[in-house]
Amino acid sequence: MSLSSTLHSVAPLAQSLSDQTKENSWINILIFVGFVAVTMIVVFRASRNNNTAADYYAAGRSFSGGQNGTAIAGDYLSAASFLGITGAIAVNGYDGFLYSIGFLVAWLVALLLVAELLRNTGKFTMADVLSFRLKQRPVRIAAATTTLVVCFFYLLAQMAGAGGLVSLLLGLDSSNKAGQNVVIAVVGVLMIVYVLIGGMKGTTWVQIIKAFLLIIGAGIMTIIVLAMHGFNLSTLMEAAVQTSIAEGGAGEALLNPGAQYGKAPLDFISLALALVLGTAALPHVLMRFYTVPTAKEARKSVVWAIWLIGGFYVFTLVLGYGAGALIGKEAILAAPGGVNAAAPLLAFVIGGPLLLGFISAVAFATILAVVAGLTITAAASFAHDIYSNVIVKGEPKPEMEVKVARRTVIVIGVVAIGGGILANGQNIAFLVALAFAVAASANLPTIVYSLFWKKFTTQGALWSMYGGLASAIILIAFSPVVSGSPKAMIPGADFAWFPLANPGIVSIPLAFFLGWLGTVLDKNTEDPRIQAEMDVRSLTGVGAEKASDH
Amino acid sequence: MGNSAHASNEFPVDFIAEQNSEEFKALKKSHRSFVFPVAIGFLVWYFAYVLLAAYAHDFMSIKVWDNINIGLILGLLQFVTTFGITTWYVTYANRKLDPQAAVIRQRLEAQIESANQPKEKEEV
Repeated sequence: MSLSSTLHSVAPLAQSLSDQTKENSWINILIFVGFVAVTMIVVFRASRNNNTAADYYAAGRSFSGGQNGTAIAGDYLSAASFLGITGAIAVNGYDGFLYSIGFLVAWLVALLLVAELLRNTGKFTMADVLSFRLKQRPVRIAAATTTLVVCFFYLLAQMAGAGGLVSLLLGLDSSNKAGQNVVIAVVGVLMIVYVLIGGMKGTTWVQIIKAFLLIIGAGIMTIIVLAMHGFNLSTLMEAAVQTSIAEGGAGEALLNPGAQYGKAPLDFISLALALVLGTAALPHVLMRFYTVPTAKEARKSVVWAIWLIGGFYVFTLVLGYGAGALIGKEAILAAPGGVNAAAPLLAFVIGGPLLLGFISAVAFATILAVVAGLTITAAASFAHDIYSNVIVKGEPKPEMEVKVARRTVIVIGVVAIGGGILANGQNIAFLVALAFAVAASANLPTIVYSLFWKKFTTQGALWSMYGGLASAIILIAFSPVVSGSPKAMIPGADFAWFPLANPGIVSIPLAFFLGWLGTVLDKNTEDPRIQAEMDVRSLTGVGAEKASDH
Repeated sequence: MGNSAHASNEFPVDFIAEQNSEEFKALKKSHRSFVFPVAIGFLVWYFAYVLLAAYAHDFMSIKVWDNINIGLILGLLQFVTTFGITTWYVTYANRKLDPQAAVIRQRLEAQIESANQPKEKEEV
């Protein structure tokens, strides 16, 4: 490894990488085209049995817990996790690590309180569970609305990331917006094809393949980085500190909390709350639990997901400090793609153009797989909740619901491409954190109340969902993220009055409170027979949707 | 199934009686007496860590061994407890929850089946 030669010339590294990627961008493109070709074949093969709604939305409920758990990891470890967290640790040290802890611990909420009960009582969407014992129409409309909003935020984050990645990976100049927009459109079109043809089965296989490649790629990089530092985490951290001192940076402070959130501890607590309570309320994560045959397999899925995701986040800790040590904050921030460039730069430094090509292709695949999962979730929610249960009032013509879902996929794809082009350049990890905050505010209180609180009513659900959704979005709109700070989305304007970047600390407790208040003030009560049915079914699995036979 | 996810009409089961049966109450108690305390426990532990990371920088920066400080150890302990709670819950669910749930489910499914059979004959 010609490491020492690259090391002492840290500053020109970004430039040399930029040149290298221009020369070697055919490697990146080749590996990425290879991934697309393999997954397309898999998707076509998987699409043979996609006739019924259960096949299209839930893959015939035929995946095993291990397969589904791997797919969940593929769905969850988005570009924000891989590029965002590695970059955050490389630049801000310890504070970047805090993200991954919230993202992981959150899975215990899904494991203990949500996954199995949801699998036992629902069919295709989150709204199935929320509306089970409440009034169908209003609750389904509300749940579908929150589903679509959360998916939209998350989708924007991924598409926005795609543009930034491209400039780095294909050696395009960061100013080459037209080139980036073409790639955003390519990602959107590929995603439409996957989801249109493959349905949930195809999407799941894309996620499984991607999770495998991502974890292998990050694992190889982790081993190389550790090997270069005597397999000693402390030595690696020392090297990161030394690089930081050499460029006049934070030095020792990298190892301690405070570099990013030191001046805004409340902001950090708000983020932590949104992360830990958001995961179990993300519609695209919840929908994955319907792809397994039983609640026991749903439990196994979460266990697999927790081990894979947890292991991956340990890798990002090593990769983050590795990028800090071998590249340094200044060179990372100077590279096209900024913070998000830390992982690809590290791949280049330790493994040359070939590893960079592999990691770049994996990063693209990551965006593609996550976007596909979000799209099928949003399409299922529109077709199943709005079209079938509200517009045609539960009497859809056979096959019509899936047809509507497929049309919705195209609409969402077009919206995602347009939104991605507009949001190009926004911080990925931040947009994802907003999606978590909206999910935790709008969905989680109603999920928990409807599974565990006997007296919960329709009014409580509506107040909580709309109140949580509206408060989260209004607080974001009037936060320093949108206006009134140098890094704001609308740089010139200043209409911010909410001091925090993340609304969770206000909007989540408010949504829980509104759910309670709406219920105790509700003059109507719900049918106790259906409440009893949901209670018994959720714990025993009586009458749960079975796997379809093919 | 049409409009709703639930299917009261299709199930000839008195769910209210079932909900009040000793068997189901025992299952529900086994479930909630595990998941509620454990959920509260890991949330308290997580937020204790978050508050320390947000406000107790000096404490978190104390070095225990070379560059490994208390902040890193507590952060990695969050990983360890997450894996630990996962394994603990799965063991508990396999041993305590699944057998109880299976007994009720099989009884109710048999009930549903026997109620459906004569109906099918009538239709013929």
